Amino acid sequence: MQQIINFIFRNKNLLLYLFLLFISIALTIRSHSYHQSKFFNSANSISGGVYNASNNVTTYFNLEKENQKLVQENMRLRSILFNKEYNQEVQIDSTKFDSTLITYKIIAARIIKNSYSNLDNYITINKGSKDGVIQDMGVITPDGILGIVENTSQNFSQVQSILNRKSNLNAKIKNTDNFGSLVWNTKDYNTVQLIDIPRRIPVKVGDTILTGAASSIFPENIPIGTIKGWNLDVSKSSYSIDIALFNDMSNIKNVYLVHNKDRAEIELLESQKPNGQ
Amino acid sequence: MASKYYFINILRFVLLALVQVLLCNKIGFLGFINPMIYILFLYWYPIKQNRAAFIIVSFLLGFIIDIFSDTLGIHAASTVTIAYLRPAIMRFCFGVNYEFQSFKLASVPRIQQITYIALLIIIHHTVFFILEVFSFENFLLILKKILAVSLASLILCILLSSLFSVKKE
Repeated sequence: MQQIINFIFRNKNLLLYLFLLFISIALTIRSHSYHQSKFFNSANSISGGVYNASNNVTTYFNLEKENQKLVQENMRLRSILFNKEYNQEVQIDSTKFDSTLITYKIIAARIIKNSYSNLDNYITINKGSKDGVIQDMGVITPDGILGIVENTSQNFSQVQSILNRKSNLNAKIKNTDNFGSLVWNTKDYNTVQLIDIPRRIPVKVGDTILTGAASSIFPENIPIGTIKGWNLDVSKSSYSIDIALFNDMSNIKNVYLVHNKDRAEIELLESQKPNGQ
Repeated sequence: MASKYYFINILRFVLLALVQVLLCNKIGFLGFINPMIYILFLYWYPIKQNRAAFIIVSFLLGFIIDIFSDTLGIHAASTVTIAYLRPAIMRFCFGVNYEFQSFKLASVPRIQQITYIALLIIIHHTVFFILEVFSFENFLLILKKILAVSLASLILCILLSSLFSVKKE
């Protein structure tokens, strides 16, 4: 007994070090294989508050550019709206606008912490459960998609960026119904990869990639990027396509959160299938 | 006297953590280089203090940076490693005389100071990027990141340490 106590006393620094190292490596392994920790992430009230305070100052520096981006987006949306009226001769005020028929609910938010240079990137935004944000909402920007909400606190949310090794979204080539998985190979923050597209599909540089229909998180047909190049995977049976994103991932401020009201129902239905898939 | 030590170290802790998460984590030079300047806290920390307390404080610093940058556990593991290895690194850089009462970091030659901070940074970044990449398949990626980010951290840390050089401690 005496010897054990002596041993502990003599090596107390080593034991302390090993103990703390064990804790941190356990946390690392956990965050590599499962979801991020519920409490220790940048969306908690302290770190979220610090980021929010700093962002309140820095947001003024590129206000003009952000305004221009929003005007551009409004212009695009208005042109779609006017042309639709003209072509289909449907008057907007005669159309029944029942709020229970809306499938997708949109929440506007601002990024208070962006990250694109790590291997697993997480983004923090300034809307939380108080504003109706819940886990697994899709996050889009005026130009493309950004990621999926992973954790929420009262005032902030943590978003798993598409620039994350755990990210895996459904996407397809425009005007075809061939969909694959959108992943990131960690090399370049403005390029992501679309894998599992069968070899027989004709692929052209410059083709547009959209979100697919198999995901209940994002609406279908949101633009993601254009094809930059491709190569065949190891088995030579499917493509791995490099996609240049429409977003500039290093320079995003305003985002929209998309909530699919039917998602719970879809999930329930899919979980009832006996083999899970 | 003792309260002054505490005050300076708490101030350093908070300032370095804030500068790290609000400025250095956003640099993204060449897409992936974010220098880590909070290692300066371990570089400046008084030598004669309780070693266990030093290890715990370093762990806390790493853990706080982890929370802010959503990399749970990686900063903490690498910081606690260099905190534990610091006496050995100092013995390597300064010889045995660093344990004497009269030893002052500011009075040793510049080249020894640089070796000391460089060793802290290289060991920290090696642990950090091995844990971040988490597979030895991408060995070249780990090596590239360690070399590039170490160089950036080293340059920034040397600049900062000469800007706020410790004269009285």
